[in-house]
Amino acid sequence: MKLSREEVLHIAQLARLGLTETEVDRLSEQLSDILENFEVLQQVDTSDVPPTAQSIPLQNVTKGDEAAASLPQSQILANAPRRDGEFFRVKAVLE
Amino acid sequence: MIINQLTIHEAHRLLGARQLSSVELTKARLERSRQVEPRVHALVAITDELALKQAQKADELIARGNTHPLTGIPVVIKDNMCTKGIPTTCSSRMLENFVPPYDATVVERLNGYNAVIIGKGNMDEFAMGSSTEHSAFFATHNPWDLSRVPGGSSGGSAVAVAAGETIYALGSDTGGSIRQPAGFCSVTGLKPTYGRVSRYGLVAFASSLDQIGPLTKDVADCALVLNAIAGYDSRDSTSVPYPTPDYTQCLTADLNGLRIGIPKEYFVEGMQVEVEKAIRAAINKLEELGARVEWEVSLPHTPYALAAYYIIAPSEASANLARYDGVKYGFSYTDTDSMWKALEKTRQFGFGDEVKRRIMLGTYALSAGYYDAYYLKAQKVRTLIRREFDQAFEKFDALVTPTSPTVPFKIGEKVDDPLQMYLSDVCTLPINIAGLPAISIPAGFGDGLPIGMQIISKPFGEETILKIAYAYEQATEWHKRRASI
Repeated sequence: MKLSREEVLHIAQLARLGLTETEVDRLSEQLSDILENFEVLQQVDTSDVPPTAQSIPLQNVTKGDEAAASLPQSQILANAPRRDGEFFRVKAVLE
Repeated sequence: MIINQLTIHEAHRLLGARQLSSVELTKARLERSRQVEPRVHALVAITDELALKQAQKADELIARGNTHPLTGIPVVIKDNMCTKGIPTTCSSRMLENFVPPYDATVVERLNGYNAVIIGKGNMDEFAMGSSTEHSAFFATHNPWDLSRVPGGSSGGSAVAVAAGETIYALGSDTGGSIRQPAGFCSVTGLKPTYGRVSRYGLVAFASSLDQIGPLTKDVADCALVLNAIAGYDSRDSTSVPYPTPDYTQCLTADLNGLRIGIPKEYFVEGMQVEVEKAIRAAINKLEELGARVEWEVSLPHTPYALAAYYIIAPSEASANLARYDGVKYGFSYTDTDSMWKALEKTRQFGFGDEVKRRIMLGTYALSAGYYDAYYLKAQKVRTLIRREFDQAFEKFDALVTPTSPTVPFKIGEKVDDPLQMYLSDVCTLPINIAGLPAISIPAGFGDGLPIGMQIISKPFGEETILKIAYAYEQATEWHKRRASI
């Protein structure tokens, strides 16, 4: 499984991850190596085997609909890189 | 009394007998940190002001008759657990300035017992790594040989315990991140059953695999810390509402009738001779102590666990780390007018190489056209691995393996070779895939470098693990050796 530069750039775009030219080259090589190693999984017969997403014996955990205090707005906004009054400030979404 | 070497239970006894105060104990730890930190770099933050305040309060409570074993005892918290008002960085540029507005449940619990938090432990960035070299700030060094890695990702926590900077620490384990550094630093490290300890306030890496656990100087301490942190928490929907036993009750050193299996697949190709020798000797010791040992047990899907893990964990990570967008908290690239550019640059500069590699790997495995071949296939293999363990535990109370195939490796040796680095988790990651509990305890040395033994049991079988570990520890001296630093 060889991952081309174009594929690396496509995956990076899906992940919204900026990469330098050097990183693209290196990742193309490293990810190809890693994925080639993972081909070993194709040897395992998994017909009729259901997938496991998690390992605990619980399903559909719900909470009671009870009111509880939430954190004050000022504390939530305290870590914001950019804010405007009581709002998070973001770049324009529609240009 | 060598104050650097005290365990929780020893320090607790001295505090109760008024032979030592928490302030004295805390000051000695802080002094020790000042001495060794320039050489080991285990801590990303030393919280001395807070620690002394907490110690003073603990002394007042002890004077008034408070007798909880963790009261007044110094602890280091791995820097991926939220501490209210104290930066929690995950050793990442992305969270370098992040100050959590709340405590993780485990921190809340320790604070409830008036523990003394003396610092935050260095780690591989976002817990992704096996050597603590992937910290964005600095690499942590192994106190047994400063040119070698301490393991990872909880390397800072393990070293802080091994070097006497703290009495115990909390770590987190997604594929071996408590046990592997415990083995590399000759301390005791337990990964509880998935769901046993609340993950609320633990910065998510791979949500179906992550679990918090103790790093301690001996097994009795491990039981004491597990008592404090285990139990149901409604804020973590994967926390299991089972009653929590008193884990100190199983420390009986009696192994008669216990059935222990040795899975042969864990004695892998490429395993160092001295590791294999030490673990075989340790298993012989368990037999001497009364356990019924069966060698040559087979878990045939073990060789596929590494690939399954390194698809599942990065897939979950790629989803979890999508939240780092530079809007609500964390690093933010602002030198552009484009929203998409800002997002891409924020993540480009905020994340280090290994985190990027895993986000890419996970995004690939989940992307259209590859989902079935990678992610779904890995989840099916996960089922087979879990079933195999379930079958083994119908016959055995516990399984015993090495914690790692090698002794600690040199700093720089594997950092540019991701596959070699991934292989250092080969004995520990199948346990996370199956959600089982497992411990690493000191089991010898090869050329002066620590070797850990892993004891695994069925879900919620922590008592069996602690019992076996305690029996072995009481019959050996490995856990008493301290790195001369």
